Amino acid sequence: MALLSFERKYRVRGGTLIGGDLFDFWVGPFYVGFFGVTTIFFAALGTALILYGAAIGPTWNPWLINIAPPDIKYGLALAPLREGGLWQLVTICAIGAFSSWALREVEICRKLGMGYHVPFAFAVAIFAYVSLEVIRPVLMGAWGWGFPYGIFPHLDWVSNTGYQYLHFHYNPAHMLAVSFFFTTTLALGLHGALVLSAVNPAKGEDVKSPEYEDTFFRDLVGYSVGTLGIHRVGLILALNAGFWSAVCIILSGPFWSRGWPEWWTWWLNLPIWR
Amino acid sequence: MVDLVAQPADLALREAGTMAYQNIFTQVQLRGELEPGVPLDGNNDARIGPFGFTYLMGKLGGSQLGPIYLGKLGLASLIFGAISLVIMGMNMAAQVSYDPIQFVRQFFWLALEPPPAKYGFSVIPPLNDGGWWVIAGFFLTASILLWWARTYRRAVELGMGTHVAWAFASAIWLYLVLGFIRPMAMGSWSEAVPFGIFPHLDWTAAFSIRYGNLFYNPFHALSITFLYGSTLLFAMHGATILAVGRYGGEREIEQITDRGTASERAALFWRWTMGFNATMESIHRWAWWFAVLTTLTGGIGILLTGTVVDNWYLWAVEHHFAEQYPATGVIDPATLPGAPQ
Repeated sequence: MALLSFERKYRVRGGTLIGGDLFDFWVGPFYVGFFGVTTIFFAALGTALILYGAAIGPTWNPWLINIAPPDIKYGLALAPLREGGLWQLVTICAIGAFSSWALREVEICRKLGMGYHVPFAFAVAIFAYVSLEVIRPVLMGAWGWGFPYGIFPHLDWVSNTGYQYLHFHYNPAHMLAVSFFFTTTLALGLHGALVLSAVNPAKGEDVKSPEYEDTFFRDLVGYSVGTLGIHRVGLILALNAGFWSAVCIILSGPFWSRGWPEWWTWWLNLPIWR
Repeated sequence: MVDLVAQPADLALREAGTMAYQNIFTQVQLRGELEPGVPLDGNNDARIGPFGFTYLMGKLGGSQLGPIYLGKLGLASLIFGAISLVIMGMNMAAQVSYDPIQFVRQFFWLALEPPPAKYGFSVIPPLNDGGWWVIAGFFLTASILLWWARTYRRAVELGMGTHVAWAFASAIWLYLVLGFIRPMAMGSWSEAVPFGIFPHLDWTAAFSIRYGNLFYNPFHALSITFLYGSTLLFAMHGATILAVGRYGGEREIEQITDRGTASERAALFWRWTMGFNATMESIHRWAWWFAVLTTLTGGIGILLTGTVVDNWYLWAVEHHFAEQYPATGVIDPATLPGAPQ
């Protein structure tokens, strides 16, 4: 099952960024490449460190395992392994693994003669992660501002960080990010549904052409962005969701340290109201 | 017939000087006759439009505006929706003594609040004490349900599947839980969401705190997972299709019924990246389910809150996924006599 029926003719050499032919091979369905090796290295090391952290921690309950960043008192220095040093190493491994994965995607794009849209989109997600774990902690002067690795511990962090700014919904960049998340999901639902409704028509009907898709949307709302356009719209919406999420957390602390509802007083005090 | 228009003067330069075409904007837009749409049979009204082309939307995708099918359902939906918006707007205007400048200045803070708890779930509380909220909600709901019927009807009239309508129904489920089903179950309109920009955000935050932090609600967690998952999926899918645009990847229906090299490359990209791939049809089933489950699980999470579970944090402690912290000595006001039950 390693090969799909049409796969053999696509498995050609070339397209690598580093290493020439050395790692240019597949294992089962997976392409390896130089960056596959570095991905495995960072991912395996990071996972092992998390398991070690769990082993020396108080619980094996998967919901509660917590690899926390160092105390604020350590600033931007390295912390002892048991006091946040593990978190620092796991963060390095995560960034290494994510970047390797993105570069491996670039190599696969080159091999298949595709555009670089997927690794670019993934880079925006990596940027959001790096904003939370590196950029904001560095701007605020301590690794302790990063979020902990753990399922409910990271939710507690989100909750606590939100209330530190009184009411995070008033953060204008957070508003944009949430709106983009909702709009992306709406657009995804509409796109998935429209394609399915064209290829799974009513009983006895033929499969419908894109003319029907356009007609349906024009009938409904007076505009159809079209088969190519919807993928641009979807990608742009999704990337904006990630980008503004990163902006909203970088703003909180380094650039605004009071309650977010208070931020809006500039609007109430504009000179135009007088 | 078809003329080439709107070609940027530096197109040739850009193509020579940059890396291979990345399919981000349409570089050459076509202008021909406007498309009237697939003909409808005699049961239907006439369409309005088409109206013309728009250059800016053409950079992104379709450049044609219209035609639109208004019809009786659409007309009724728009009228009901407009009535609802006027009621909300007039109530907000009354709060600033109908001063248009203060209306704009304070718009984000203005609210049409649901009735206070003392009226319970009575059909019509006094108009200035939440009654208008009930009426606005009634018209908004009527408008949305009519729009749902329109979504269903338009698909049927074109002989298409009704997948859009059922996805929309999932969103309506969450809307109805928030504004009607849960208030009914709790026996009070006061549980419902106010109309207003900041006020509905205040409601969301207060709701979470009142019920012990919604992050510990497993259905809230599922809903957020599907929300982020939907965004991830659309980034992956949109990017993949654009990346195989040079092979005609956006012709998805054709690729579904007669697989071509665009589908094959798109599938192999993900197979080689993560060991698994969807097909050109199945990716749209993933998309539909992720989007639908966002609001479906969200509605379940809201409906359980206050009706079945009063404090999600304590519920999480009981079910071993939250830490038990030592008591702080602070009394929960919700446990005091006189607090709403």
